[in-house]
Amino acid sequence: MPLSAYLVVSVALFVIGLAMVAARRNLIYVLMGLELILNAANLNFVAFNRENPGDLDGQIAAIFVIILAAAEAAIALAIVLNLNSRIQSIRPDDADTMKD
Amino acid sequence: MGIQLAFYFFAAMTLGFALVSLFHKNVVHSAFSLLGTLLGMSGLYVTLNADFLAMTQVLIYAGGILMLLLFGLMLTKPSETERSLKRIFVAVILAGGTAVLSAYKMAGTVWSSGDGELPASTVKEIGLEFLRFDEWLIAFEFASIVLLAALVGAVHIARRRFPIDDTNALLKAEQGGAN
Amino acid sequence: MTPESQIVWLLAVPLLPLVAWALQVSFGRFLPRQGDWLPTGAMGLSAVIAVWMFIGVLSGHDAGTGTLVSAELANPLTWKFFFSDPALTEGLAGFQAGILYDPLAAALLAMVAVVSFLVHLFSVGYMQGDSRYNIFFANLPLFTFAMLAMLLSDNLLFFFIFWEVMGLCSYLLIGHLSQDKEKPRTEAAWASFKAFMTTRIGDVCLFIGMMMVYDKFGTLSFHGLYAAVADYTANGTHWEGWLTAAGIMMFLGAVGKSAQFPLHVWLPDAMEGPTPVSAMIHAATMVAAGVYLTGRLFLLFSPEAQLVVACIGAFTAIFAATIGITQFDIKKVLAYSTISQLGYMICAIGVGGVAAGLFHVITHAIFKACLFLGSGSVIYGCHHEQDMRKMGGLRKKMPITYLTMLASTLAISGVPFFAGFYSKDAILAKALEKSMVTGDWYWAAPFWLLLAAAAITAFYMFRLIFMTFHGKPRDHGSEHAHESPWTMTVPLIVLGTLAIFGGKFWLTDPMHAISGGDEPWFFQIVDDPTHAEFATIDLHDGHTEAAHDSHELAGHDDHDIAHTAHVRAMFMSIAAAGSGILLACLFYLWGILSAASIANRLGGFYRLVLDKYRFDELYNATVIRGTTVLSGFLCWVDENVIDAFVLNLAKLHRGGASLSGVFDKYVVDGMVTWVGETTVAAGQTLRRLQTGRIQQYVYFTLAGALALAAVSLLGIF
Repeated sequence: MPLSAYLVVSVALFVIGLAMVAARRNLIYVLMGLELILNAANLNFVAFNRENPGDLDGQIAAIFVIILAAAEAAIALAIVLNLNSRIQSIRPDDADTMKD
Repeated sequence: MGIQLAFYFFAAMTLGFALVSLFHKNVVHSAFSLLGTLLGMSGLYVTLNADFLAMTQVLIYAGGILMLLLFGLMLTKPSETERSLKRIFVAVILAGGTAVLSAYKMAGTVWSSGDGELPASTVKEIGLEFLRFDEWLIAFEFASIVLLAALVGAVHIARRRFPIDDTNALLKAEQGGAN
Repeated sequence: MTPESQIVWLLAVPLLPLVAWALQVSFGRFLPRQGDWLPTGAMGLSAVIAVWMFIGVLSGHDAGTGTLVSAELANPLTWKFFFSDPALTEGLAGFQAGILYDPLAAALLAMVAVVSFLVHLFSVGYMQGDSRYNIFFANLPLFTFAMLAMLLSDNLLFFFIFWEVMGLCSYLLIGHLSQDKEKPRTEAAWASFKAFMTTRIGDVCLFIGMMMVYDKFGTLSFHGLYAAVADYTANGTHWEGWLTAAGIMMFLGAVGKSAQFPLHVWLPDAMEGPTPVSAMIHAATMVAAGVYLTGRLFLLFSPEAQLVVACIGAFTAIFAATIGITQFDIKKVLAYSTISQLGYMICAIGVGGVAAGLFHVITHAIFKACLFLGSGSVIYGCHHEQDMRKMGGLRKKMPITYLTMLASTLAISGVPFFAGFYSKDAILAKALEKSMVTGDWYWAAPFWLLLAAAAITAFYMFRLIFMTFHGKPRDHGSEHAHESPWTMTVPLIVLGTLAIFGGKFWLTDPMHAISGGDEPWFFQIVDDPTHAEFATIDLHDGHTEAAHDSHELAGHDDHDIAHTAHVRAMFMSIAAAGSGILLACLFYLWGILSAASIANRLGGFYRLVLDKYRFDELYNATVIRGTTVLSGFLCWVDENVIDAFVLNLAKLHRGGASLSGVFDKYVVDGMVTWVGETTVAAGQTLRRLQTGRIQQYVYFTLAGALALAAVSLLGIF
């Protein structure tokens, strides 16, 4: 399959993740959208790695992204739980105390 | 031919489940459809001969991150899922803009059309890369530290506690206990 | 006598009265007899020292050869006791002050000291019962100190200082009665004020003159000025206009002090002072200071200035004499007589007879002091009556006063062998000599004016004697008149005796003009400084031998002319005096002519003279009114122009300040406030962007990223 096919999939996945981050009113959805965006980026890494077979830098970068995504997910979910215990809500709009 | 079919299949699986998770009202259903997306991604990696990455994808995303999301859903109050037209409009504009721009750029670019020569198996190479001091060793060790710090930080943040200044909450909790 | 001891004795002469003044003004009230003996005794000592010093000067003179034997006196004694370092007064020679004791100063010092002592003595009797007796006896020695110190000054500045102290004392003493505790006299206050202000005009002129010469020559020492002027004018042959002006300015000081026309108006009014004061200050000493000044500065006068001096003197002599005829107040007559005689002296100096003029100062001081004290005695005897029309027949009741006053009158009239004859004769001779030498008509005028004044003087003085002492008593007061106590008669006797024999005492050969004998020794000692000083300069230069010879030749011619002039002047003056006395006898002794009918026939002119030529009215109308109007105008200018200008300036400033205040408030402050408010407003506005909502931030971030991507990808810019 040509590279551009993977890129189209990657863009579509990115746009879906973006829409999820922007539109949904639940922090869990926002986190899920972020995962989609990261996956889109990973797909690009791996797809471009195929065009440069001499090394595996693309795949290794993708592995680091996965590692960071895991860490991010752990911390973000901890924050969501903390937020939920404080304001009894996980709606991002309710967490606007920074305004003041 | 087989790879092409596999690609179409996994691509459709990835985007289809992603759209389901995007549009579905039920957050649990969305989370489970995200599992399909992640598995589809794993399949796409396979079509790219990134077998180690595909396996890692399944292990960490499907087995770790998604489970964390589900735990988060279970530990929090189910949030309202009513839609906001204003938000959707904004999201459509932003996402559409991004899509249009990307498409425009991609259409204007001449991509390499041929299939690259894929390595047969990447597991061993990746392991060697990580262990080579002049390549990724430092980053690899830093990644382990980051993971450790993230785990400790997550435990610390998520720990249930009453802040010292939040005496009202403490009082309410005691009264509630008494009642 | 060594110069050092001479200086000590000389300093004692003025300092004794000064010490007496200091003690009297501090403790006079507590001393017995209110301390009158203290200044009188001090003055007595002072007079003795002054006369003794003067005898020392005389003994240094050999009358036979007519030269000065004493080397000390050949060089006038000058002791510098005060000087400034020339290094500190850059460009100037340094200021020096000291004592100048030459024969001229010696003669006047002795005269002033003696007359002052006698006046002190007289005052002890005359001022008895005055409410401010001690003050009077404090002011009198202060005046004497100033006069004596002035005579010893060797420079114009110290001269001027003591001159001013004298003016102050004159003011205090004229106004003495204005402070009387029982019946204060307003007239005395006005008279003292008038005297002070009138002499002040002259003093200012004198000071201006002093500054003019100091500016040019850098010295105020008399001898320094003589040398400088002789040098500057090429031995008196080349005079510049400014020097004439400076001379006239300094002479105006003398005009004020010696009551010369046109500043004569204060002296008659000064008779408001007690009679001893009139005798001393306004007859014998202070008014003579002007003559002394003129004599001292004679070498500084250009020929034009000399003419001015001579004309003012001569005019004053005749002008005051005519007023004297018409007055009835005995002291006013004597006051105008004094002005007239001072005119004589000034004129004498103007025509070059410095010695003659100063000789007349001395003789006049004696007989005029005697006349004033005699008039004081008369006034005292007649219970403070001053009008001669109410007197008469006092000859029998006050014989001593009569005889001494008669002697003085004969002296002032110029009757031969009395003191005044010699001095007046010398003046007339000098005036005639000057007119003969120059041959100019304007130099002849002073002589004829003086001759007429001599006749008039004889007339009005005998009028005074006849009206006062002869005939029958015309009033209650004069009927019961009595002779005065010894303190008053003794000075009269002394002065009267001097008035008779004084002239001879000064002269070894009174008739030298006829007999062809030597010059009187006074004239040899107090030589006209012209020849001596300029001759010294000649010799000093050494190369002006020819000029010196020609001067000698000219001197020989001058001597012949002087001899002729002297003989002629003597006979003319005797004739004038005789005619004056004869007229007075016709009018007032024998009653052949009636003064009243003559006065009636003269009519308006008589009244004009009786009113003293209405000079007081003239000055009132011009100078005083003018000054008042001018000061009113200046006041108006001050109020309406200067004040208005200042006020408007202030208003302008205030307006400007308020403008700048407005600017400050609305522009500067406004800008600062605007910046602050705008910041706050912008913050308030932009604050709404900070919703705290994460997703909105995501929107903004994405929108920005999209915009950037659009810009870069689409190549919009």
